[in-house]
Amino acid sequence: MFLTPVVPHWPFQNMDTMFVRGLKRKCFDGEEDIEGTLAGIKAIPSYNLQRQSLLDMSLVKLQLCHMLVEPNLCRSVLIANTVRQIQEEMTQDGTWQMINTQSTGQASLDRLVSTDILCRSSRDQAEGKHVPAYGTFNKDFESDQAQDSSETMSTASSVQAPRNLQSNVWEMENPQENKGNFQKSLDQIFETLENKSPNSVEDLFSEVDNSYYDLDTMLTGMMSNTKMGHCDNLETFSTPTNTASNSNCKSDLNDLDHIVEILVES
Amino acid sequence: MLSDRVGFPHKVFGLLSKQPKQNTWFQRFPSLGAGGGNDIQWCFSQVKGAVDDDVAEADIISTVEFNHSGELLATGDKGGRVVIFQQEQENKTQSHSRGEYNVYSTFQSHEPEFDYLKSLEIEEKINKIRWLPQKNAAQFLLSTNDKTIKLWKISERDKRPEGYNLKEEDGRYRDPTTVTTLRVPVFRPMDLMVEASPRRIFANAHTYHINSISINSDYETYLSADDLRINLWHLEITDRSFNIVDIKPANMEELTEVITAAEFHPNSCSTFVYSSSKGTIRLCDMRASALCDRHSKLFEEPEDPSNRSFFSEIISSISDVKFSHSGRYMMTRDYLSVKIWDLNMENRPVETYQVHEYLRSKLCSLYENDCIFDKFECCWNGSDSIVMTGSYNNFFRMFDRNTKRDITLEASRENNKPRTVLKPRKVCASGKRKKDEISVDSLDFNKKILHTAWHPKENIIAVATTNNLYIFQDKMN
Repeated sequence: MFLTPVVPHWPFQNMDTMFVRGLKRKCFDGEEDIEGTLAGIKAIPSYNLQRQSLLDMSLVKLQLCHMLVEPNLCRSVLIANTVRQIQEEMTQDGTWQMINTQSTGQASLDRLVSTDILCRSSRDQAEGKHVPAYGTFNKDFESDQAQDSSETMSTASSVQAPRNLQSNVWEMENPQENKGNFQKSLDQIFETLENKSPNSVEDLFSEVDNSYYDLDTMLTGMMSNTKMGHCDNLETFSTPTNTASNSNCKSDLNDLDHIVEILVES
Repeated sequence: MLSDRVGFPHKVFGLLSKQPKQNTWFQRFPSLGAGGGNDIQWCFSQVKGAVDDDVAEADIISTVEFNHSGELLATGDKGGRVVIFQQEQENKTQSHSRGEYNVYSTFQSHEPEFDYLKSLEIEEKINKIRWLPQKNAAQFLLSTNDKTIKLWKISERDKRPEGYNLKEEDGRYRDPTTVTTLRVPVFRPMDLMVEASPRRIFANAHTYHINSISINSDYETYLSADDLRINLWHLEITDRSFNIVDIKPANMEELTEVITAAEFHPNSCSTFVYSSSKGTIRLCDMRASALCDRHSKLFEEPEDPSNRSFFSEIISSISDVKFSHSGRYMMTRDYLSVKIWDLNMENRPVETYQVHEYLRSKLCSLYENDCIFDKFECCWNGSDSIVMTGSYNNFFRMFDRNTKRDITLEASRENNKPRTVLKPRKVCASGKRKKDEISVDSLDFNKKILHTAWHPKENIIAVATTNNLYIFQDKMN
């Protein structure tokens, strides 16, 4: 499988060498098992698969960013740029459309948008919510707040309405659509990961701390990053309209009730 | 002296140094290399820190810095502590080695904090330490974590006043009516005590994580840089700072580039540079405008199309920028190389040295395990003739700008007999591995040397592994 466990010594796969030469090899590369006239066509999916797994890896990394003490902005920006690069190339290739119809049946734009949310969110975490409640900030900070006034105003006014707060974080009009899109994007990530062999998902997470791939923890991590630090707000979180009955990991994604429960308990 | 020669045309330098070969003649003929000409023979001197392999998170060294005289060596760690080592006075009888560095002062510089607005912890890890030049008996340094910069005064106390007649033996104050004579206390010697006290705390000026601090050559002001902004401070004033660079876009969605390092020019007090995650360096002049968003010079090397990959941008991200002592050159470190720039030439570096080119084919794996985001630092020697930087497997590399020779050494407890000359190491990129060579696949990527420092005057270097500090010196004959 392409994704190898995170260990200091590793058996290097072809993946690395392929990636370095990736852009040049629209045409046939002798190292692949390709034969005859189908040579060109068969080489491309292999490269695409590699590129796809890099995209998936990057998206997962971006998500993990949310859970850290405070996301490393430089790292987030670099990963987001990589994701954008891949997406641009995939769009040019036309493979973007192809993959989308295969796996999720959704418009390519949706997918771009949802990835964008992921890229945005880590920055928004770093951006923070400058509630103008403290008088000890120095001059620079105050002028900074003036620049961000539109954000702060909307943020401050949304203390009473956490749903709006969340929509500000994601910067979208409709919170419902917002949440839907976010869930869609996570769904897509896991769908595409599951398209590969089961081993890959395990490999991906084998060296990662348990809590990182526990979706509940992940989401609560993100939610706690957006909360204002007052428990009162939690009570005003309204419940989502869609509920889930199955118990597997993915369906928990759809269940904000569950998440709120965890928040309240912790 | 060889190091004083500046007559070579830059083009020649550039051509010579672009070759990514690892095996210079120095290493192909080891018998000739070791003692030839002006080459330095590096010997183990000391190692500080815990011996066991189980590394306590708080002990991870996060910064190393010599002071201006080289007598003091400061380290900062992830636990927010600063440890200062002092060099012993040279022993005239023992001419074989210079003074050893021993612990001089240890103090807790930063404590973990909690940002209530964002419900996030603020790490106490010391990101950078910078020494102020000594003006009186006390020493001053700036230390910073992600959000707050502190000015520390380190002073010695070796006398104390004795002879007060105001207190009883047990310390209780005597009844004033029983005091009938005036006794002036006298200073008597005491055991040396080194005290560190915070003199200034510069806080609340950075929304993002501080990555650099740099003291101006006017010794009155300094800059602090975070991911998106650079602030100018006066050392005496803590409640105000001036924002001199701001690259935060109006819409954070458009953010594609961050500031990675910044430094003041060593001689020109109005000039500073900052590097970015896209591999560019901008030189700014504070006289041009209050907000230096428009650079005076932009240093950027055009991308090599043959090496293009999805990781090109990540590996071009500059992790450190350092001016030469002369102020004529600056050095940048990106993931795979060290580049020397002439301040007068913006379109490409004058010298490029490959640190570990054998990693280029492993970038995907290094991306997966996050090693590709490691931020290596670099440093100059006192005469600007040699530059040094770290790598993996506890290897560090030195490049001699004049002879064009380079050497790979290892910081390991295996070579810990004093005055043992370090053996040059070699990594075998592919194919048949020769004896004593290490294959790329055997490298330990958890053992990384991110922080190194070179004594300002002597050939003494401090190399930090994860939790140990190694001091090496050149062999004195």
